[in-house]
Amino acid sequence: MKLPILTTLTAALLSTTALADEIWVTNEKDDTISVIDIETMEVVRTIETGERPRGITFSKDFSVVYICASDSDAVQVMDPNTGEILHDLPSGEDPEQFVLHPDNRHLYIANEDDAITTVVDTETRTVVAQIDVGIEPEGMAVSPDGKIAITTSETTNMAHWIDTETQTLFANTLVDSRPRHAEFVKDGTELWVSAEIGGTISVFDVTTQTEKAKIDFDIDNIHPDRVQPVGFEFTTGDTHAFVALGPSNHVAVVNAETYEVEEYILVGRRVWHMDFNRDRSQLFTTNGVSGDVTVIDVASRKAIKSIKVGRFPWGAAFRPTD
Amino acid sequence: MRHALIAMRAIVLREALRFVHQRERFIAALVRPLVWLLVFAAGFRAALGLSITPPYQTYITYETYIVPGLCGMILLFNGMQSSLSLVYDREMGSMRLLLTAPLSRAWLLFSKLLGSTIISILQVYAFLLVAWLFDITLPPLGYVAVLPALMLAGLMLGALGLALSSFIKQLENFAGVMNFVIFPMFFLSSALYPLWKMAESSELLHDICATNPFTHGVELIRFALYVEWNGMAFLWTALATVAFMALAVWGYDPARGMMTRKG
Repeated sequence: MKLPILTTLTAALLSTTALADEIWVTNEKDDTISVIDIETMEVVRTIETGERPRGITFSKDFSVVYICASDSDAVQVMDPNTGEILHDLPSGEDPEQFVLHPDNRHLYIANEDDAITTVVDTETRTVVAQIDVGIEPEGMAVSPDGKIAITTSETTNMAHWIDTETQTLFANTLVDSRPRHAEFVKDGTELWVSAEIGGTISVFDVTTQTEKAKIDFDIDNIHPDRVQPVGFEFTTGDTHAFVALGPSNHVAVVNAETYEVEEYILVGRRVWHMDFNRDRSQLFTTNGVSGDVTVIDVASRKAIKSIKVGRFPWGAAFRPTD
Repeated sequence: MRHALIAMRAIVLREALRFVHQRERFIAALVRPLVWLLVFAAGFRAALGLSITPPYQTYITYETYIVPGLCGMILLFNGMQSSLSLVYDREMGSMRLLLTAPLSRAWLLFSKLLGSTIISILQVYAFLLVAWLFDITLPPLGYVAVLPALMLAGLMLGALGLALSSFIKQLENFAGVMNFVIFPMFFLSSALYPLWKMAESSELLHDICATNPFTHGVELIRFALYVEWNGMAFLWTALATVAFMALAVWGYDPARGMMTRKG
């Protein structure tokens, strides 16, 4: 009698384990990836990577995961099921962030030390183009229609607009000091760029490449120098943005219509990047200095748990497991 | 038994009536922790440092941290205040009337204690409501789970007040004891700073705080507010309640306690 019950229980447990979605977090100092089970909110797997993993993104069908191993000067391609590195892509020197083109084939990689953006064909594993951009490129974005790619350069303080057909620059726009991250929103009509030292987010009209709004942040009892916007993500329908504010240890909730900050949420120390779960009801932020990931309930805008991961967690990416 | 319950009801009602008639006392009891919460805590927001300790699951603001301590503060001040009323009763002679009732003295004292604890708990809930209005929220179940913890901590602090009041002859003396008991008890506890923070400045301070029964009362409340059980805090609080109650009963015993000393 007990055996069938046990078998059923084990099967139920196994199926839950198999179905639970995951958040993958790169740990810059540990050279690992921590895999968080979204259901139990615990680290269930730790995978070795190349040196100093930072940017992380899955292919559109989630069959492979791309990892910027900055100090190994490579973009690594990993099988997410086995954790095995399948091969490296020629990425140029010191790749920090990248973005996968909607064609699911071309990676646009920022090479921080070389002041170039490298375009790599992930199928032929060859460099398709190298585009000169400003000094210390970092933030990368591609428009939803795939026609425009953006690189932000930390020292030149610019967003560089790349025509993906010709792989050439067609515009450069000034932003505030040390731009870190860029995202297209509202069906590609707007581009948001965060400036870490400037402490702002610039919103651009994509058609005219002109700035249409600037978002400032101000947290009570925290010195403005510590309010440094880095990564950000948008809720369903692009109504609100959650913005990581670095060493201020807070995430801001910005209304994407009015460009006003509605709330600040306390998270771990030096919050960098983030990603949502499947239905975007929970947000997972990587906190570099405290070495953990804070889970935010999007509806109530409250931090509900912080999960210990490796040292200096940097990037985060969602992975469905069904 | 029926008589005992009637007496208890009468004593609890008397406490309630006294409370209802002193609206300013209610407001004062509410303002004190609110000043700490909204003025003191706001200023200290960045000073506390960050660390996740149980029962917290993530980083919290200082305002959130001191809420259980302030619940304890309400119980502490109220426990002492209601004992103060006993000293007053004694001076006015109404206590003589009460203590001549044909019931055990321990029962009468416990009834008095229960009455004042219920009143204190109502004030704690009023405080939690105001805190909630200022967006300092807790898990919904925590508001229910904290009730038994508040009851036990309230009984402990009330019993301490009773025990103290039995050794005090006049109202004037009580104020001094309040200063020597309330403030050290409150400040040398985990109400305002976590124990690990105390250990950073002095191990001795940490040890004093860790033995203070008020610390355990506050920790019991803190864990209960997050629907978690703290066995150690429960044990300490329960033991202290029994000890203080025994001391109070002994103190009010006409053969040995304050009655003999009073001459």
